[in-house]
Amino acid sequence: MLRACFPAGPCRSPFAPRRAGGYTAARDSLPPAPVLTALALCLGFLVLLAAAAVPLGRHPRAGLLVHGGCLIAALGFAGIALAALLVGAAPEGLLLPFGPPWAAARIGLDGLSAWFLLLLGLTGAAASLFALGHPPGPPRTLPPFPLFLAGMALTLAATDAFLLLGGFELMSLASWALVAADHEKEENRKAARLYLIFALLAAACLVPAFGLLAGRAGAITFDAMRAAPPEGWRAAAVLVLGLVGAGAKAGLVPLHAWLPLAHPAAPSHVSALMSGAMTKIALYVLARLLLDLCGAAQPSWWGVPLLVAGAFSALLGALRANLEEDAKTLLACSTIENVGLVVLGLGLALAFRGADLGPLAALAAGAALLHALNHGVFKTLLFLVAGAVAHSAGSRRLDRLGGLIHAMPVTAGAALVGAAAAASLPPLSGFASEWLLLQSLLAGWRVGGIGVQVLAAAAAALAAMAAALAAAAMVRLFGLVFLGRPRSPRGAGAREVSAAERAALLLPAGLTVLFGLFPATLLSLAAPALQVLTGPAAQAPARGLWLVAGEAPSGYAPLFIALLLVLALALAWFLVRRRSPATTQRGPVWNCGFIDPPTHLPFGDPLTQPTAGGIAQPLRRMLGQPLLRARESLDMPRPGETRPARYAAGFEDPAGPLLLAPAARLRDRIAVQAEKLRDLTIRRCLSLSFATLVGLLALLAWLESR
Amino acid sequence: MTFGQLPYDVAHLLGGGMLLLSFVLLYQRRIGAVINALALQGAILALAAAWQGFMQGAPQLYLTALIAFGAKAVLIPFALRALLRRFDLHRNVETALGIGPSLVAGVALVALAILVVLPITAGSKAIAREDLALALSVVLLGMLMMITRRNAILQVVGLMTLENGLILAAVGVAGMPLVVELSTAALVMMLLVVGGVFVFQIRERFDTVDTSFLEIHRGERP
Amino acid sequence: MEGLGALLTQLLHIALMLAAAPLVVGVTRWLKARMMGRRGASPLQPLRDLDKLLRKRPVLAENASIVSEAAPYAGFAACLLAIALVPSFARGMAFAPLSDLILLAGLLAVARIALALAGMDVGTAFGGLGAAREMSFSAFAEPALLLCVLTFAILAGTTNLDLITATFREGALGLRVSLALAGVAMLAIAVAENARIPVDNPATHLELTMVHEAMLLEASGRHLALWEYQSALRLTLWLALIAAIFVPFGAAPAGSGPIAWTLGLVAWALKMGALCLALAVFESAIAKMRVFRVPEFLGAALLLALLAAALLFVSTGLA
Repeated sequence: MLRACFPAGPCRSPFAPRRAGGYTAARDSLPPAPVLTALALCLGFLVLLAAAAVPLGRHPRAGLLVHGGCLIAALGFAGIALAALLVGAAPEGLLLPFGPPWAAARIGLDGLSAWFLLLLGLTGAAASLFALGHPPGPPRTLPPFPLFLAGMALTLAATDAFLLLGGFELMSLASWALVAADHEKEENRKAARLYLIFALLAAACLVPAFGLLAGRAGAITFDAMRAAPPEGWRAAAVLVLGLVGAGAKAGLVPLHAWLPLAHPAAPSHVSALMSGAMTKIALYVLARLLLDLCGAAQPSWWGVPLLVAGAFSALLGALRANLEEDAKTLLACSTIENVGLVVLGLGLALAFRGADLGPLAALAAGAALLHALNHGVFKTLLFLVAGAVAHSAGSRRLDRLGGLIHAMPVTAGAALVGAAAAASLPPLSGFASEWLLLQSLLAGWRVGGIGVQVLAAAAAALAAMAAALAAAAMVRLFGLVFLGRPRSPRGAGAREVSAAERAALLLPAGLTVLFGLFPATLLSLAAPALQVLTGPAAQAPARGLWLVAGEAPSGYAPLFIALLLVLALALAWFLVRRRSPATTQRGPVWNCGFIDPPTHLPFGDPLTQPTAGGIAQPLRRMLGQPLLRARESLDMPRPGETRPARYAAGFEDPAGPLLLAPAARLRDRIAVQAEKLRDLTIRRCLSLSFATLVGLLALLAWLESR
Repeated sequence: MTFGQLPYDVAHLLGGGMLLLSFVLLYQRRIGAVINALALQGAILALAAAWQGFMQGAPQLYLTALIAFGAKAVLIPFALRALLRRFDLHRNVETALGIGPSLVAGVALVALAILVVLPITAGSKAIAREDLALALSVVLLGMLMMITRRNAILQVVGLMTLENGLILAAVGVAGMPLVVELSTAALVMMLLVVGGVFVFQIRERFDTVDTSFLEIHRGERP
Repeated sequence: MEGLGALLTQLLHIALMLAAAPLVVGVTRWLKARMMGRRGASPLQPLRDLDKLLRKRPVLAENASIVSEAAPYAGFAACLLAIALVPSFARGMAFAPLSDLILLAGLLAVARIALALAGMDVGTAFGGLGAAREMSFSAFAEPALLLCVLTFAILAGTTNLDLITATFREGALGLRVSLALAGVAMLAIAVAENARIPVDNPATHLELTMVHEAMLLEASGRHLALWEYQSALRLTLWLALIAAIFVPFGAAPAGSGPIAWTLGLVAWALKMGALCLALAVFESAIAKMRVFRVPEFLGAALLLALLAAALLFVSTGLA
């Protein structure tokens, strides 16, 4: 069955019979579709919502209006994206009545942007639905939320650099306002400040990157950029600037320091969007810039920096997720891991494409796209779960939660689905994309050159280690939050969340299961996006219900696996029931003979339960000490002393001392130099600005003479 | 001659076995186990030499194999064990670099050996190239062991591994004269004696075989 | 005929595995006992234990959730499906297109996580301890396994287990250093994954040294029986996997009929017997290592597997 499926003809989506010619043909053949009009309407609607939220902010129903509107718009985005992927959108775009006079704003959707718009729509809908059911936050969080959504959608819909950067900045600023919303707390202010600095860094890198692509003609439309791909030093500069700019926004190591601080600081539905969608928008910009706009002729080594950064992000993020003690910080670190995995896929796609290995490039790019979507959905789910738990049990700290599966069964069920997907367990969605990614990593040696081969093998090992670490982190998260006994009185009084919130949890949970069972269908849907990334001949590495990879094909068919698992469960049930008595008996915990907690501790003695730090201990010692400078200290009183023993454990992210501290020192040094300017006389000040002006004019003259 | 042909495969496998044992030597913490692994490596070296003798039709290599077996798989390990028993030395390996990092360094050295040998020997037969890469790896791992272990006996073991690697390289090349082998064997015997006396001397004077104690007496460390 | 044979061998294979798993554990224990100079219990003893446990009524802790009740079934189902994908006496069975090595790792991860969650369910110290250690070990075992898979994938061009064994059986690959190194790495991973000495002691009675057993302390009755059964299945799976990859000879084609199947069965039984003997000798000869030395052990396996892949890059570059 398998042998036949890989070499067989074009792998066309069952839904897209008319899109045989791929991206370029679709561009010429289809009339301007109502799809783009709908997209423009949705964008306008979101801006109007934001404007309306300012005066309405204090009205009790304002939250309902804004989040309900966002829900509708997000569902609209998902529908538009689906329509664009199925029938193809109008590629020549739709002119908007604003923008700079020499280049009016034009929005459009191709396969790549439609794929990410689908992700945005799904995660946005879940987040908005959750916000509907959640008690309203402060009024100042209302206006930025629709703007945040609109900024992300605008980034995706842009067909020129100007609009793309505008949308990107709108997204950054709106999310900054949301991160800073709870600004009474010192750590939130700090997180927002750091977040803004990194957003500025991203902008400061992306603007020149697009400027270099635009060239001297100043052609800022994507079509013009594609027509004149950069070469030589300009190409290298675009690579570096794009990787730093988009990487800073996506949370790629070593530019990830802001992410574990900023994502937890925002309200939960916003954290969900930031982790699920915003990092993906940054990855979209990365893919658009490096794989699409720079042309298909870039060399193989372009993949290497992405490969390295991705592998280290995956490892570091997954390891940190095992050490963090705050549920949302833990999830944010897991986002770093998954961003790393997606970047690994993109890097491999670049490397394969440079080595003329078309099918493998499609495999790697398919892995990246699928993982981006899957991660977006399950991470949204997990952040929403964290929000539900924080609201219901009063804390995000793992050491104050526990036993919530009894009080919140629906939330626990949804969390289990999300955690299992994040732990990449078959047959859920995380495993499908992980499978594709590992398959493309296992084929990485075909690029050639023993250096790249060993690098690909090491990256494969790191990706597998990251997956196992993510599984450990998810077991720790679920086990500490939902299993065991409550660790605080507030946690013992937790109740299940409202119906709307439950629906908001079940939507992404259902999608996670669905995407897990039908990844091949999903990938065929992504074929237009693959064609943008790896050339018009690209075919999705899928056939029927099978994901396929390799020459003597390896296949993965999750639907069959799920059916067989169900059969095996039934068999186990049958085997056991024949011999075993049906009833169970309840008794006190055995716990190797330890006695029950004393009566003055109605929730049990919290000290006899494993703590977050305790569960983290093996990994902290095995990997944390070499990689994260983890340390433990034990202060043991001498016999006879009455003070308690103290055990403290912590770690330090290497980005702090290696990147942030030197950057801060550099800033101080520059500030000291700049301070000297204040002592200058007026004449000197004027001459300084005059010299700058003359220098710039001279530069212009030199540039024009070349 | 390439893969899928038995003569080549066996020679290659024996070389790989020696490399594997070099890693075992780096990994082990107990001196007794280290000596066992060294003996096994000697035995495999003897096998490799005998196999090369069979393949190249060079009977003198059988003698090499016999000497290697007698000296490296039997005598020297026996002597080292006797030394261990007589002085009741610390049975645990004292490392200057941890086990994990030294293994990572070992893999890096093997990669280096491959990268160095392959371009230099381009054009020669595949078997010579790969055997040379394996042999160089064994040599480098031996040196690594010498510098990452504080214990004098283990440094001697590292030296032995190094020498094993050299002989592996030598027997892989057709027409290696026996004289060289004999002299190397004698050299190693002498080195072992030197090592033994060395150990004995330190033992008498400082009551330990940890060479870092020497640094104090040489004024390198307070 | 082909399809019927494939289906029939698949069903027979599953039945064989279910029957053989307790026997593999029993035989290993018996061999170990003989080597240590004891008479040892009959190899059938694990089967009797399972039956005894099944007939007992399980006792659950008062605060146990549905996880404690459902996890044994989930873990068992995952293990059963995983072992159904590993060829034993026949090749080309009905599930052969599904038998992907990465999927196999995923299914084993399902079983592992089910066990870890069950261990954490009632919030006891030992359960959490065991779960944390088990998950930590897997962080080293999984990359090592993937690098072994990389070696096989480079040689056979696929990660499908059935195709890999087919390629290896043809013998065109000869004896490879890379395969030898990958084999050593696989053995180390198998020892760790099955909680055998030196990583864990399957017969320990001291809670602080437990990894695998610590998570089962609260299980009883049919739940304990399911856990015991699946750990037996997992041991059998790993031995069968190693036999299928490194000694791929003797398996009968699925469509070849009962006589060839019987011969294949005999060959498989011999291979498994030899592996059990090797395991018993190894476990008798070696002592359990400290918990925090396990990363070194598995890290060495990881590096060996990387070395295997690197050497393979060299030789494929030459060929």
